[in-house]
Amino acid sequence: MSDNRHNPSREEVELSGLPDEKGHFGQYGGRFVAETLMHALDELQDTYARLKLDPGFQREFDQDLAHYVGRPSPLYFAKRLTEEVGGAQIYLKREDLNHTGAHKVNNTVGQALLAKYMGKQRVIAETGAGQHGVATATVAARFGMQCQVYMGAEDIARQTLNVYRMKLLGAEVISVESGSRTLKDAMNEAMRDWATNVEDTYYIIGTVAGPHPYPMLVRDFQAVIGREARQQCLKQTGKLPDALVACVGGGSNAIGLFHPFIEDASVRMIGVEAGGDGIETGNHAAPLCVGQPGVLHGNRTYLMEDEAGQISETHSISAGLDYPGVGPEHSWLKDIKRAEYVAINDDEALAAFHLLTKIEGIIPALESSHAIAQVCKTAKQMSKDEVVIVNLSGRGDKDIHTVAGLDGIKV
Amino acid sequence: MSRIQTTFEQLKTAGRKALIPFITTGDPSLQATVSIMHALAEAGSDVIELGIPFSDPSADGPVIQAASERALKNKVSLRNVLEVVASFRETNQTVPVVLMGYLNPFEVYGYQAFVKDASIAGIDGVLIVDMPPEESDPFAGLLKDNDIDLIYLIAPTTTEQRARMICEQASGYIYYVSLKGVTGAGHIDVAEVASKVNSLKAITELPVGVGFGIKDAESATQVGAVSDGVVMGSALVNLIYETSCKSGKSEDTREAILEFMGTIRKALDS
Ligand SMILES: Cc1ncc(COP(=O)(O)O)c(C=O)c1O
Repeated sequence: MSDNRHNPSREEVELSGLPDEKGHFGQYGGRFVAETLMHALDELQDTYARLKLDPGFQREFDQDLAHYVGRPSPLYFAKRLTEEVGGAQIYLKREDLNHTGAHKVNNTVGQALLAKYMGKQRVIAETGAGQHGVATATVAARFGMQCQVYMGAEDIARQTLNVYRMKLLGAEVISVESGSRTLKDAMNEAMRDWATNVEDTYYIIGTVAGPHPYPMLVRDFQAVIGREARQQCLKQTGKLPDALVACVGGGSNAIGLFHPFIEDASVRMIGVEAGGDGIETGNHAAPLCVGQPGVLHGNRTYLMEDEAGQISETHSISAGLDYPGVGPEHSWLKDIKRAEYVAINDDEALAAFHLLTKIEGIIPALESSHAIAQVCKTAKQMSKDEVVIVNLSGRGDKDIHTVAGLDGIKV
Repeated sequence: MSRIQTTFEQLKTAGRKALIPFITTGDPSLQATVSIMHALAEAGSDVIELGIPFSDPSADGPVIQAASERALKNKVSLRNVLEVVASFRETNQTVPVVLMGYLNPFEVYGYQAFVKDASIAGIDGVLIVDMPPEESDPFAGLLKDNDIDLIYLIAPTTTEQRARMICEQASGYIYYVSLKGVTGAGHIDVAEVASKVNSLKAITELPVGVGFGIKDAESATQVGAVSDGVVMGSALVNLIYETSCKSGKSEDTREAILEFMGTIRKALDS
């Protein structure tokens, strides 16, 4: 690669060298699960370590990304948005153009391949908005695997379109009635299923959370976003970007964009959490902004919790960001101040949704709209010769019903 | 010698098996839990496991999940659980009490503060479902310094190498999970349990209790015959729930527990 990548110092090498053997990013990450799953995680870790170095596996993954997902996704200069904002040049990394309409499929293609190499005939997944569920059902259909997707009863009611999509793809959607009946409870239920059927089942986690090695392997599969963006930016602008912006639910599209830039100290990285009704109201999903470190779903990370250590219910206009935890690598990047984390409220995200749709002819997912809202703020404070890349993690078709409903329109 | 050790030594001398009930603290109420603990002791329980309610009990089946949710509606916290034990200890200094739960409430409480308060309350052991030995530092050391046993799970999927490592770290007893799955699940294969428990006995001096899927006198007798004790969880939690729905009176709950656990005690001893 003909770029101006500097010689990283020792300290910086360690930045991208994490997690350690036990899955720790500083004090975060690790493997906090019941004993029944420990062996399966060891096995997954060993298999992945082997396949990561296996040219055959990598070739198959790259082929699938090219011919099935449709990669590379364009790095698009949003000229009118840039003019509207009047600051840095804004580029959109078009993950919305992937097959199934979001970045999620990069990961499910990778993990389905892992499942295939491990000889598992059945895959399970948790899903919130249904995007990861759809991406999992899609790859399961392609590989002829049995597929069950756990989804909170609340989310099933909110996301009927994706539920039907999964069914069309041959997956069974299982309604989760426990707890707050949303994404976190779907994840609990998927872990219960996995503990019960651990021998023949592969659990495809949808983000960079969960026990080691998931945060690492999901990151590695999503890092194609940042590798492409880095190369495209150098080619299209002649330099590295000055800043990166991405929304953070569990954190997979953000880490996918950030990771290949971690050693480039000049590149600012900004993660955008869901501010919901506003941080001050308590109705949000912004653990990095206002949470505390704790342990949930197999890893130590920033969480939203009450004073007794019970996990809080969250709120966001976008189901994909509505999660009380976050991937452990983000917690670490926050603590060492390599990345910054901010929150965008529901109404700001909604305004950005309309803005991008109107002036660029691109309908963003509500999750991605949080990043769009933030990139407008960030770019405004930068000079016109600077470049900022925002990850357009998904397209907004799935959200048309929600947005129409908010506008008082029935579609 | 710790209360747990003393209990198992006495059982061994008497040639008896440990009866280990599990209940969810604060279901139906904190006050009821103290009375239930006394009833369990009266019915011949050897160790009492108190579940700490958690919002995300990812290793539990529907019965204990629901109990946890009911307790959380009552705002039951780890601090309350310690108060329940302190209250039980006012009149019972012999039956060991083990807290069983998930790590996050302990993290928030603070490890230092917890071991101090737990010692004062009279807690004998803890079992933290989502804290494998690999992640137990520095909590394990603090527990040890305060003579609180750290009980670990071993599962059917645990390799022999891991089992050795776990047994080295564990104290009190080993909790063998009889099946792949969550609490309250399906059918246990007694022959398989017997062979696993035997291989554990070959690598540890610690007593081995078996739990998950033991529902009645019959399954308790079968598992008791091949181990050092049986853990009775979901079936008991369910009984407490049903009784408390039918009648709010603690006397009725006590009677139901005496009858149910009495039958199992008798079966285990025969
Ligand atoms: C389009 C889109 N963006 C972002 C997310 C949030 O997930 P993550 O933070 O893992 O990228 C989701 C999750 O469903 C999504 O569908």
